[in-house]
Amino acid sequence: MSESLGSGPVPRPQTTLRHRLAELRGPASAPHPLDARALAALAANPGCRRRALLDGAGVDKAALASALGAPSGFGQSQFAFMRGHAFEAKVKADGGAELLRLLGVDDREDVRVPDLTAAGPQGRAARTALALREATEAGAEGAWTLLDHPMLALEVAGSPAYLEPDAVVVGPGGRWTVVEIKSFPMIDGSADAAKVGAAARQAAVYVLALERTARVTEGASVAHSVLLVCPKDFTNQPTGSVVDVRKQLSVTRRQLARLTRVEDIAAALPEGVSFDVAACSAEELTAAVEAVPHAYAPECLAACELAFHCRDRARAAGAVEALGRSVRGELGGLTTVGAVLAAARGEAGDPDDPAVAALRRAAALRAESLEEAAACR
Amino acid sequence: MSLISTLARLEAVESGRARPLATVRHRHVAERPLVLVPLTTAGEAGAPLGALVGTDPEEPTLLVVPQPRDRDLRFAFLADLAEAVLPYVDGFADDVEAAERGETDPETGKKVKVEVELCADAPQLIVPSRAGVEYVRLLGRSTRFRRTAEQDPETPFPAPPRVPLLGRWLTHYGERARVPGSSLLLAATDLLNRHWATGQSSLEDQHLGALLAWIDAPEGSSGAEAALRAELARDRDGQLLCPPAGPATDPAFDNRLLAPAVERYDRARQALAAAEDGQAADERLGDLHRAEREIRRLILAQLRPTWHAVWRAIELVRELPPGARVADRWTRDRWSFTGHRDRVRAGEPPQPRRDDAVTAANKLAARESAQTQLEAQEALDDPLVMAGRRLTGEAFVAEVVEVTMAWSESKRPAPRPLLTVRTDDRPHLGEGVKAYRSLEGKPQTARFVRYEEDGSLVLRVLDRMGRGKEPAEGSVPEKGDRLVWTLFEHDQRVGPKLPDPEETPWTHGGPPRVDAVEAPDAVTPEDLL
Repeated sequence: MSESLGSGPVPRPQTTLRHRLAELRGPASAPHPLDARALAALAANPGCRRRALLDGAGVDKAALASALGAPSGFGQSQFAFMRGHAFEAKVKADGGAELLRLLGVDDREDVRVPDLTAAGPQGRAARTALALREATEAGAEGAWTLLDHPMLALEVAGSPAYLEPDAVVVGPGGRWTVVEIKSFPMIDGSADAAKVGAAARQAAVYVLALERTARVTEGASVAHSVLLVCPKDFTNQPTGSVVDVRKQLSVTRRQLARLTRVEDIAAALPEGVSFDVAACSAEELTAAVEAVPHAYAPECLAACELAFHCRDRARAAGAVEALGRSVRGELGGLTTVGAVLAAARGEAGDPDDPAVAALRRAAALRAESLEEAAACR
Repeated sequence: MSLISTLARLEAVESGRARPLATVRHRHVAERPLVLVPLTTAGEAGAPLGALVGTDPEEPTLLVVPQPRDRDLRFAFLADLAEAVLPYVDGFADDVEAAERGETDPETGKKVKVEVELCADAPQLIVPSRAGVEYVRLLGRSTRFRRTAEQDPETPFPAPPRVPLLGRWLTHYGERARVPGSSLLLAATDLLNRHWATGQSSLEDQHLGALLAWIDAPEGSSGAEAALRAELARDRDGQLLCPPAGPATDPAFDNRLLAPAVERYDRARQALAAAEDGQAADERLGDLHRAEREIRRLILAQLRPTWHAVWRAIELVRELPPGARVADRWTRDRWSFTGHRDRVRAGEPPQPRRDDAVTAANKLAARESAQTQLEAQEALDDPLVMAGRRLTGEAFVAEVVEVTMAWSESKRPAPRPLLTVRTDDRPHLGEGVKAYRSLEGKPQTARFVRYEEDGSLVLRVLDRMGRGKEPAEGSVPEKGDRLVWTLFEHDQRVGPKLPDPEETPWTHGGPPRVDAVEAPDAVTPEDLL
């Protein structure tokens, strides 16, 4: 399956699949675009068929979650939104001179900033590919090019995704560098590790998408470190840091390759299933969502609109993963809360199974200490 | 997570109520802690929006920044915060007891005891969550390099007088919070999570409302239901019934309530500035006050539930009896507080942005040993924690079945009795492994000798039996005693001493430069803090 990510230009998705996905989404609704953040989240949980299918089909998961009666708490404060935009505009001001300064290139007045407007994501992606080729040729003569909000295409699990990095810089020698502009601060040269990690995973998706184009562009290469631009300390002044994303890149590449093909998931669905939020009742939607298996883990709560719905299902089924992925590891073959507790109490389970034996000892020790403490009071 | 705590979580799922993870309280909770519930503006680093602060659950002080992008208003907030925090901190500075500290005499190089002051108690700061602890650090960083007009008359935007001092204290508290087992700055969620296991994941346990719901669910409802309500339930205006514990606010609150209110405030300010005569100005001033009151009301409504939740958490934890060694760790916190008090009094500059190599290495070593010490002390204080160590083979409970007197083979024979003990636990014992038990609060060492054929163990007691040939009374276990033995040491050995900062080798950057005073952050008119 790795070839679906690996080689050549974007193959045209089969029209039948596209048709099928449109059917699932509901013919009236426009596909919800798959962005790098969603892809990074998808790559973090490659076993989730539910997310792979819904994202692949471009279903609006937030609307779906609301229709299922488990709305997500996602949203962005307009304060954060305004600040983010103001900061990005400041970074890209003066035709990118400020940005290049952060890359260590001073006094460049002649930065090329090509116009990338075109109709539709496909048009923009084609326009970007062309601009990248021109920039690489110009780079051979020592010119710098800043691509402001280019559009990149990446095929994920058999369906196309269009990604829009904040910027890509093409330098002399045809080197392409992804620029990620974030509005969290870098204080005394270091930023919140969790936020930097998320930014790096997101940037890795862009690098992955760029590599596909670079492979068919002569003289081009993609940098495996990205430029992260953040406000310096408590000011509005941008500062940059080069972040090595090789690790994130290989993880994302491997995880995306592992994603079950959307085609296969769709083929396994029963007839008549639809995720059309406008046309289906809550019961129909619930049944439709139920038809695709999920792989809920608590990390989903921060990354997926459907997480509360899946959590509800996981809890109802008594799945131990609802308490965290690590919990599963120490419980051996026992997967439900009931089974674990029954084994711990000696009501079920094979006493020769090391997991069961450990559980029984743990339960006995816990009960003994609690009794001891109660007796002391 | 150990298997025992996983089991506790599963029990909580089944029963719908949180289950105990500890039988005693493992953190110090002051009689009169200062609770601080801060809120910040989304997207703006270190632009506070408001806070509730105080030592009385019934009478919090509300501080609000009606327009967070206005530097003067932010400074006013920080000045008010300093007025709320510093008198509380100062209140502990002068009540001291005499103590001794071992120091090396610089001339003779000998160890000498020095009489020093130790504050009898220390101020304790409690915030709702770990994000709150981080925010305390951030506020400390953003204010400690500020210059007041008195320090530097040329400074373009002078800070109110006590703000840099506030920054130094907040920095000290934020830094101390990274030491395992310290209690100077605590997060309410950490306090609860240390003592109870809920039926949800540790990620979800970071939500103070949901966590409390599991521990303190109202009669007749399950923890899971109550937690779900705390996470998601919204009123008719789409506002969360249990607002986030901060410092981040809910985007729906920002967008629907706060943003319009801030905009009204801005308009009222512009109108006031444009007023042409006294009467119009009076009227418009009234509008401005109304707009400000509205913002205060909104922010109070966001803060109040968290304020009560933090105090409820404190109340719940106080119900547990304190662990025997908690006071010992609090004494270390008092030393930390006293040390910083002395540095401030000596007029030392604020903590640097980056530690020098020796300080950083010292800090890391201190945290590591605090971690091991905490693990050992918690186990010794609490049978439930010890159960976890027994499960992993690091401790065992054994009954003494036989005591055989024996002596060492030196010129002056010392008692080295052999104990035969029986245990159901499975400790990882091998040739020469040492085991420790607590004898009047001090560790007594024994060495593992052999397994008997019936599976019982033979241990040789090595110390704490006095100087005579016969062991001191009560120092040797007797037949029938049931004792807890640990394979880990009870006290921490002090690691190798690091050189003084002035002696930092060139491989680590050389001695720190004393002439380089930390410059204040550069300020520009559009800076946010």
